[in-house]
Amino acid sequence: MNRGDEVRLEVDGVAISVPDGANVAAAVARATSAFRRGVGGDPRGPLCGIGVCFECRVRIDARAHQRACMVLARPGMQVQTRG
Amino acid sequence: MAEGYEVLVCGAGPAGLAAAQAAASQGVRVGLVDAQARPGGQVWRQDLRFGSVRAARRAIAAATGAVQWLGATQIVAAERGELLAERAGGAVRLRYERLVLATGARELILPFPGWTLPGVTGAGGLQALVKQGWPIAGRRVVVAGTGPLLLAVAAGLRKHGARLLTILEQAPAMRVRRFACSLAASPGTALQAMRLRFGSLGIPYRCGEFVVAAQGDARLQSVSIRTPRGLRQLECDQLAVGYGLVPNVELAELLGCRLDRSGPHAAVATDARLRTSISGVYAAGEVRGVGGAAAASIEGRIAGLAACGQEAAAARLAGLQQRARRFAARVARSFALDPRLRALASPETIVCRCEDVPLGALAGFDDGRAAKLATRCGMGACQGRLCGDILAALGRYPQPAAAAPLFPVRLSTLSEPMADSLTPTSTRGN
Repeated sequence: MNRGDEVRLEVDGVAISVPDGANVAAAVARATSAFRRGVGGDPRGPLCGIGVCFECRVRIDARAHQRACMVLARPGMQVQTRG
Repeated sequence: MAEGYEVLVCGAGPAGLAAAQAAASQGVRVGLVDAQARPGGQVWRQDLRFGSVRAARRAIAAATGAVQWLGATQIVAAERGELLAERAGGAVRLRYERLVLATGARELILPFPGWTLPGVTGAGGLQALVKQGWPIAGRRVVVAGTGPLLLAVAAGLRKHGARLLTILEQAPAMRVRRFACSLAASPGTALQAMRLRFGSLGIPYRCGEFVVAAQGDARLQSVSIRTPRGLRQLECDQLAVGYGLVPNVELAELLGCRLDRSGPHAAVATDARLRTSISGVYAAGEVRGVGGAAAASIEGRIAGLAACGQEAAAARLAGLQQRARRFAARVARSFALDPRLRALASPETIVCRCEDVPLGALAGFDDGRAAKLATRCGMGACQGRLCGDILAALGRYPQPAAAAPLFPVRLSTLSEPMADSLTPTSTRGN
C-alpha cells in the first residue's frame, strides 16, 4: 500500500476510513468517543496512547480486550466498542 | 517457538536502538524487541504524516539493519537467561546471554475531578495518538502539566491542525525563566524560540497555572484552571495533560534487579558500566531514572559496548553521559511539582480506572496490599501501573511489586513449553 492511501474498516458496523499506518484508536475516534465503559458504566477513551492504561481496549475481529492504540488498522477489520 | 541471542535488547527507543547498534558493531547476534509495531520508542515514534526526525531515522536505520527486529512483541515473563513474549502469531521464548533493559518510561497523570472523561489524555499520550492518525484538525486543545515536553507536544499538535488554546505550565514563571536563561546551548534557544513562536501566534504559554477539574457530558467539554488570580473556565475538546515520567521497571524487577527506591518512583540501580545487580543484565536510559533522549542514547551505547566486553570503549563515554544526566537533573528541579497538584483529587475522584476505585475508598488503609484486597484498587487490566504510580506520587503507598505475567496474556502463551531445546513448536493461533 502506498503512502497517502486510506484503510477501510468497520467500527460498530459503520464504515470508517483512516490513513494507512493509523492505529485502530484513530479509527474508533472517528466513530465514537466511548471506547469502553468503566465498571460504573461511564464512557472511557484512550489515556496513555502507548499501551499502558488499557482504557482504549476494544474487540477486534472477534478478539476481546485488544488495545486500540497498539494495533495497526487493517483493511476489513471489524472493531466493536462497548461504548 | 524459541530464538537465541548473544545480546538481547528490550525496548527500541533511543537507548535500545543505540545499545543494539553498539552490540551489533561488535559482531555478535543481537535481538531488539519492543511491544510497539515500529522502532523509535515514544520520543521517536513515527508520525504517519510527517515521518521521523533525522536523528530517529538514522538510529533506526543503523540499528535495525544490523540486528533481528522483533516488533509488536510484548514481554510477559522472565526467567534467568530467557524471556517469554507474546505476539500476534503466538508466544515466543527469547533466550539470551546478555540482556540490555531499555524499557523507557510512561507518563504520570495526576488525578483530578473529571479526568476519566473521554477527551482527557496524557500530553505525550495525545502526541502518540495524533502521530498515528487520531483526528485532531480543528479540535480545541488545552496542553497542560509540566516540562519542556509540553512545548514539543503543542508544536506537534499544531502541525496536525489542532486549534491550540493555551499551554499551562504548573511551574512558576520565575523558575521557568531561570531555567531557560541557564541554557547557553541549543536546547535553551529552542525552548525560547518555541515560546516566542507560540506567543506570536496568540497561543499563551502560562506558568504557575494548572487544570483542577474537567467537565463534560459523556466527553470533555471544558476545564477549570487554577491561576495565580483565581479560577477560570475554558471550553475545549481535548485536554493533553502530563506531569512527568515514571520508569518502566517491571521487567527489571521480575529479573531480580536491585531498584533504587529513594524517590517516589523506583528506578533500576546500576554501576558506572550500567550493569544491574544481576549478572549479564544491563540497564540504559529512562529505566535508570528519567534523563531524556540524549542521555538515553549515550547510555544505550555504553550498555551495548559493555555487554560485549568493550569496557574501555564504554568508559570513554562516561563524560558525555554525566553531562546529559546533569542537564536532566536541572530540568527535574526546574519543573518540580507544585504540592497542590497532589491534592486535586476529591474523595469521589477515581484513582484506579480499571476497577473504578475512588480515592475516598482507600481511606484508612496504610498499606497498598490491604487496600488492594479490600477495594480491588490495582487489580485490573493495567495491573496497577496507573494507580500505583499515582498513589506513590501522592505519597500514599510505594509502587506495588511487579509479578508475571507483566501484561494480560492469552492462556496459550503461558502454556508455551519451556525452552529446553530450540526446536520450534507450532505457531499457535489465539
